[in-house]
Amino acid sequence: MKEKDFTIVEAHKGLKNKEFSAVELCESYFKKIRKKDKDVSAFLNVTEKEALSDARKADEVIARNKDFPLLAGIPCAIKDNILVEGVKCTAASKMLENYVAPYDATVVRKLKKEGAVIIGKTNMDEFAMGTSTENSAFFPTKNPYDLTRVAGGSSGGPAASVAVDECVYSLGSDTGGSIRLPSSFCGVAGLKPTYGSVSRYGLIAFGSSFDQIGPMAKTVEDVQAVFDIIKGRDPFDATSVDFKEGDSKVDIKKLKIGVPKEYFQKGIDKKIEEKVKEAIKKYEDMGAKVVEISLPHTGISLAVYYIISPSEASANLARYDGIRYGYSNRDGGDLMDIYFKSKGKGFGPEVRRRIILGTYALSSGYYDAYYLRAQKVRTLVKKDFEDAFKKVDVIMCPVSPVLPFKLGEKTEDPLAMYLADVYTVSLNLAGLPGLSLPAGEADGLPVGLQIIGNSFEDKKILEVGKLLNG
Amino acid sequence: MIKKEEVKKVAELARLELSDKEIEGYQKDLSAILDYIEILKKVNVSGVEPTSHPNEPVNVMREDVSRGRAKDDRLIDLAPDKKERYVKVKAVFK
Repeated sequence: MKEKDFTIVEAHKGLKNKEFSAVELCESYFKKIRKKDKDVSAFLNVTEKEALSDARKADEVIARNKDFPLLAGIPCAIKDNILVEGVKCTAASKMLENYVAPYDATVVRKLKKEGAVIIGKTNMDEFAMGTSTENSAFFPTKNPYDLTRVAGGSSGGPAASVAVDECVYSLGSDTGGSIRLPSSFCGVAGLKPTYGSVSRYGLIAFGSSFDQIGPMAKTVEDVQAVFDIIKGRDPFDATSVDFKEGDSKVDIKKLKIGVPKEYFQKGIDKKIEEKVKEAIKKYEDMGAKVVEISLPHTGISLAVYYIISPSEASANLARYDGIRYGYSNRDGGDLMDIYFKSKGKGFGPEVRRRIILGTYALSSGYYDAYYLRAQKVRTLVKKDFEDAFKKVDVIMCPVSPVLPFKLGEKTEDPLAMYLADVYTVSLNLAGLPGLSLPAGEADGLPVGLQIIGNSFEDKKILEVGKLLNG
Repeated sequence: MIKKEEVKKVAELARLELSDKEIEGYQKDLSAILDYIEILKKVNVSGVEPTSHPNEPVNVMREDVSRGRAKDDRLIDLAPDKKERYVKVKAVFK
């Protein structure tokens, strides 16, 4: 079959017109993975047997029906912190190196219902803690545009695999920017949905009040197609919400775009600023109105995030105690030894760093000064956006202050790594949706534009995003 | 600068075994991060309610009805130490 870089819509057309079967499509993607993944290292596990079984089932559906679901027979990759039943799910950690998922995440169940073909599990920063995928316990994922540079994180595997067409789309997760940043670094589109719009059941938890699963693909249209399938209230996730999408039609001539002045004040690479402003200008040329807004707590959002998220993580990771599942170290004598040694040896350095930071922030004597105070400042961050959305419809800004950096460049300084999240974390604090889409290149490296929407206005930002390259 | 003893105490609370070299390393990292976080102290938060969740948290209820037992032992199979259908744990009390 003709080898090409498929979007969901194109692959669906090919299947419908019987240009190729789902099995042939699946095998062509295995071939691409075999050829490219030794350089990019996006995959932790390629599930050939399961994928071919999915593809055969899809071919049966396609043979029997004139019309079939858009996602049927189309190969996708899943970040390795999202459970796919019967397949190893490691969260890129030695702690779960041999853990086999006992059930499907709700989002996976929904994709399977459409006939999706799950081609493998992709690499990430360990337990989703990181900005570069260098914290994977196994190996880093490289940037397809320059293999000496990082793919971004923590969804580096999902982003890179889409960028080199080792899959048609992927699912990532975003707690502080982990879908948006690697999407920007790898030149693909990625959506962090509104908190509560996509079920977290079957997502290995990091920061429960921040985590969201989201789609990553070559085009915003594809991202929207996947979001429409995975979204929705789930009785198994008590934080998921039944939401109404509201007015989906976007009249570009009536659109008010807010550009936050604090995002362009200092620390941003001038080449990124230029590309982002060029993209915003394109919307202006289409007839939209650009309004300067202020998000005064931008500078402090990172500090809020780096108190609350490790605190939540320290609670969520307490479960890895070597008793019910995962790595269990039995070198010591008693029960306490199992806990101490399993965690000491099972978790990587960044995970341990955040557990210690979080435990400290929650401990008696420090809870009020750190965690509680951060929760109050979180309210102020949320209010910044509420005030801004009274004046504008969407907000546009950069995704990252830096271009994809070199492997090893920031690994010695954890704080320097954290600073790359400065434009993304505030959305997780406020629970708002954020879309990262390609806005061109600088020095041959991809630059992403971030479109931020009000709560549950994911559809609006997707519609706006589609206008940029369409 | 956070003290070595504080790092040790926190590691104990988290049930995390750290070598002396690791404790020193985390002491440095934590101090740098906590210095950065100091800017939180300058914000006026009087009268501000804390946000624990982006959406208004609401208790979600369902009928207290059993969905039946697990059909297979895959959850037990995942346990590192087991006997028949029991997960084994070392003695809690000495």
